Amino acid sequence: MSLDPDTPPTKRASRAGAKATTAATSAPAADLRLYKSADWDYDTLQRIYDAVEDIALNELKLDIYPNQIEVITAEQMLDAYSSIGMPLFYKHWSFGKHFARDELLYRKGMQGLAYEIVINSNPCISYLMEENTATMQTLVTAHAAFGHNHFFKNNYLFRQWTDADGILDYLAFAKGYVAQCEDRHGVEAVERVLDAAHALMGQGVHRYPRKRRPDLRSEERREAERRAHGEQLFNDLWRTVPTSKGRKTRQATALDKRRALLGLPEENVLYFLEKTAPRLTGWQRELLRIVRNIAQYFYPQSQTKVMNEGCATYVHHRIMRRLHEKGLIDDGAFLEFIHTHTNVVFQPGYSDKRYGGLNPYALGFAIMEDIERVCVAPTEEDRAWFPDIAGNGDPYGTLKNVWADYRDESFISQFLSPKVIRDLRLFQIKDDEGEDQLMVESIHDERGYRRVRRALSRQYDVAYRDADIQIVDVDLEGDRRLVLHHRMLDGVALNEESPRVLQHLADLWGYDVLLQEIDPGEDTVIEEHVASPRGGFG
Amino acid sequence: MKIIDRRLNPGGKSLSNRQRFLRRARALVRQAVRSGTATRSIKDVEQGGEVTIPADGVREPTMRRSGEGGVRDYVLPGNREYVEGDEIDRPEGGGGGRGGAGGDGDGVDEFRFVLSADEFLDLFLEDLELPDLAKRKLTGAAVQTFRRAGFSVTGSPSSLDVPRTMRNAMARRLALKRPTRDEVELLAAELALREAETPDAPDLETLRAELAAKRAKLRAVPYIDPLDVRYRRLEPTPKPIAQAVMFCLMDVSGSMTEHMKDLAKRFYSLLYIFLKRRYPRVEVVFIRHTHHAEEVDENTFFHSPETGGTVVSTALEEMLRVVRARFPVADWNIYAAQASDGDNLPSDNAKTAALLETDVLPLCQYYAYLEVGQEEDPLPGFGDRPSALWRLYSLIRSPTAPMAMRKVRHRRDIYPVFRELFSRQDARAAPGSPA
Repeated sequence: MSLDPDTPPTKRASRAGAKATTAATSAPAADLRLYKSADWDYDTLQRIYDAVEDIALNELKLDIYPNQIEVITAEQMLDAYSSIGMPLFYKHWSFGKHFARDELLYRKGMQGLAYEIVINSNPCISYLMEENTATMQTLVTAHAAFGHNHFFKNNYLFRQWTDADGILDYLAFAKGYVAQCEDRHGVEAVERVLDAAHALMGQGVHRYPRKRRPDLRSEERREAERRAHGEQLFNDLWRTVPTSKGRKTRQATALDKRRALLGLPEENVLYFLEKTAPRLTGWQRELLRIVRNIAQYFYPQSQTKVMNEGCATYVHHRIMRRLHEKGLIDDGAFLEFIHTHTNVVFQPGYSDKRYGGLNPYALGFAIMEDIERVCVAPTEEDRAWFPDIAGNGDPYGTLKNVWADYRDESFISQFLSPKVIRDLRLFQIKDDEGEDQLMVESIHDERGYRRVRRALSRQYDVAYRDADIQIVDVDLEGDRRLVLHHRMLDGVALNEESPRVLQHLADLWGYDVLLQEIDPGEDTVIEEHVASPRGGFG
Repeated sequence: MKIIDRRLNPGGKSLSNRQRFLRRARALVRQAVRSGTATRSIKDVEQGGEVTIPADGVREPTMRRSGEGGVRDYVLPGNREYVEGDEIDRPEGGGGGRGGAGGDGDGVDEFRFVLSADEFLDLFLEDLELPDLAKRKLTGAAVQTFRRAGFSVTGSPSSLDVPRTMRNAMARRLALKRPTRDEVELLAAELALREAETPDAPDLETLRAELAAKRAKLRAVPYIDPLDVRYRRLEPTPKPIAQAVMFCLMDVSGSMTEHMKDLAKRFYSLLYIFLKRRYPRVEVVFIRHTHHAEEVDENTFFHSPETGGTVVSTALEEMLRVVRARFPVADWNIYAAQASDGDNLPSDNAKTAALLETDVLPLCQYYAYLEVGQEEDPLPGFGDRPSALWRLYSLIRSPTAPMAMRKVRHRRDIYPVFRELFSRQDARAAPGSPA
C-alpha cells in the first residue's frame, strides 16, 4: 500500500497539514511549491512532470509508455482536431471541412478547445496548449500523460487492436502513399476512392479477432499432443460401442460452397472489397486498406470512451490531491484545479438546457470513485452487490484490473452500483414507435437498479449501437451483384444517408449492390435498397 | 520524458486540406459568395467572412442505425419526478437527440465557415480581368528595394564578400613579394641539411641571411590585411509599381433617387475592390455634378443632397481638370465610371459627345457607363425607350473605344453587370490598348 486510502478524517487532516505548509511558505526553506504563479516555462514543466511521475509510478503504480510532451498553439490544436488528433495524416478535403467548421466555432467563442490531446502511440504523445496555466499543465500532464497513457498501454482492447509502436510510422506511410497516388493518378481519382472508403469506414472494422492460420510447427505440436492425449485415454471398450449407421452429413449446396470460398458472410465491407472487388486496381485496394486500418485503430476508442476518460479523470484527481497534500501546489492552485475538475465532471439532468447526453467523464469518474469506496469502506448493500471486491482494501489494484480487462459495456454492467444510480438519479425510458406515450420502465429503486444497469450497459454496447450489416452473397460467375443484409434490431432501420453510402459501395464494387433490411424475428425483408455503379473507377 | 516545443513549427498544416475543401465546394462557395454580397453591406465585401453553403455538396455520409423509429431504451440522468410505470408524452420534435447515440450532424443542412479575405475575393472576382494593365510607372513614393551595386570597404560582416577579399589579399601578397610558407620551410630544410654536411661552408652565412630576411618578410606582410576586405554594396532602388486612379462620376440632380444612388454606390464599391486587387495603389476621385460639377469627398458624394439641372459635360470637364492637375496620364492608369439616370440637357449633348470622344476616352484605360433605373418595371409602352445619354453614348461606342455601357434596375443586377463588364474575354484583349 503506497497511498493512504482517503477516508474523510485523514483527508481533512492532510488538508490542514497542507494549509500549514502553505502558511509557512513565507519562510523560504519550507517552500516546496512547484510553481508560484500561473506562468510556466520548460523548467517548470519538467518539475511538474517529475512530481506527477513520482506519484503516478510510486503511489498509483501506473504502467505507462514513455511520454513525449509537446507544447502547441491554438491553431495547431485546430489542425490536430481536423486530422482526428493525429500528428500527421494524409490529405483529404473532409479534414479541411472540419477545420473550417471548428475554426468558425472557436473564433465565435461557441466552442472552446480541449486542454490537451493524447495519442495512443509509443512514445505516448500529449499535446499541451500554450495558453494553459501552470495548474492546468499539471492537471493535463496527470490526465493525459499518465491517465490515458496507462489506459492505452494496459486495456485489452488497445492491446488487441492497436499497435502503439507502429502507428506513427504507418500514418507516415499512409500520407506518403496517398500523396504518391495523387501524383500518379490525379487528385480527383484518389479523392473518389477515399470518399467512398470514408463513407464505409464504420463498416470497415473487424469486430472480432480473426482466426490465425496456424503455422506448420504449431500444427505438428498440436497433432503430437492430440495423439499423446488419445494414447492416454485409449480404451478398447469404445470400439464395441455401437454407432449409428450412415451419419447424416449436411448436403453442402452450391450456394454454401460459394459463400465459404469467399469467406461470407463478411461484416467488414472494406476488407471484402479490398480482397475481392473485381474492378479495383492495386493502388485503390491499398487506399481501402489504409482507411480500414485507421478505422480499426480507432475502434477501441469508441468502445472505451467512458472508461478511458474515467480512468484519466480519476488519475488526475488522485494525483492533484496528492500534490496538494504534499504541499507541492498551493491552495490557490488547488482551487483552480477543483474548479476545472468540477466543470469536467458536471452532469446536467435530462431536463436541463445544457443536457447533451451522459457525460463520459462524469459517469466514468463516478463509477471509479465508487469502486474505490466499495473496496475501502463498503456498506451492506455493497457487500451484497460486489462480494468480490467489497472491503478488499486494495482500491488501486482493483481499479487497475478494471482498466485492463473491461470496456464500457462490460464495465457498466459489472460495476455500476446502486449508489451511483441513485446519485445520478438514472432512469430508463422506453420509446416504442407503436405506442402513443413514452413509458418509464425503471428508476433508481430496488426493482430498477439491475434493469437500469442493463439498459445503460446496452447503450454502450457496440453490438447494439452499430448496425449489423453483412455481405451475404455474390455470384462472381454470374451477374456479380453484391447482396448485403442489415439485420434490424428492435425495428430500427438504417438512417436516411444510407443510400448515398450504398452508392459509394456500388462504385467501389463496380456492379450492382442490393441491401436488404431484414427483420430477424420473422426473417422477412422489410426494405430493399439498390445501387448501380456510376463508373469511372478502375 | 521529452518536452518538445511545437509552437515554432510552420503553421498552416491543414492549408492544403482547406484548399481541397474549397476546390471541391468551389461551385457552392462561389454561389454563396455572390449571393452573400447581395445581402451584406458592400463595404464589408472586402473583409471576407462567413459564408454558408448547403451541406449537400460536402456531405460525408455514413451508414448507421436510424435516429428514430423502432423500440428504444434511453437511460437518462436527473430523474426528479417519475416512478416506474409513469407514462410521458412524447416531447415535441419527435424525440430526436434524446439518446446519447443520436450522433452528431444529423439534420444539419447547412455548412457554415469563414473564408479569409483573399479567398473571398478570389472567388468573388474569379474570371474577371482589367483591360489594359500595361502602364507601369516609377513613382516617387514607391516602395524601395535593395539591389547589388559593386563593393565597398565598409559594411556589416554578413555582407563580406570572400572571393573579392581573397583576390585583393593575393594581389597584395604578390606585389609585396611575400614568400610562401612552403618556400621558407624548404629553405630552412636545405640549410639544416647543409649545416649537417659541412658545418662551416662559406655560403651558409648568406643562406642564413636569406632565410632570416624571408622570415621577417613573412611576419611583416600579413596574409590578409584589413585593406583587402571588401563588402557587397547594396543600393536602394525604387521599385516600379502600377498605380491606378478611379473616377466616380455621378449625376446627383433631383431625378436621381436614393435607390439609384445606392445602385451606383454598389457598382463603385465593386470597381474599387477590383482595382485594389490589381493595383497596389488605387486613388479614388469623386466627382458629382448637376448643372455644375465639383470634386467632393466620399460622404458628400453619396449622401449630400443637391438640386439643379443636369449637364454631363461639366463632370467630364472637371475630370479632365483633375487629371491635368494631379494624375499625369503617363504615370497613372485611369478608370472612370459614370452613373446616371440617363438625363442630360439636350443642348449639352453635342459638347458631351465631343469631350468624351476626343479628350476623355483617349486618357482612359476603361470607361464604364452605368445607367441606373427605377426598381419597378417601367410602365408598358413607356419605359424601355433609350435615354438621352444612352443614345448619345451608343453613337460613340465603337469596338476600338475602351468603353462599356450597361443598364441596371435592381440591386441583384449589379454584380452580374459588373461581371459582364470585366469578364475575361480574349476577344477584348486586342482593342483599347494604346500603350
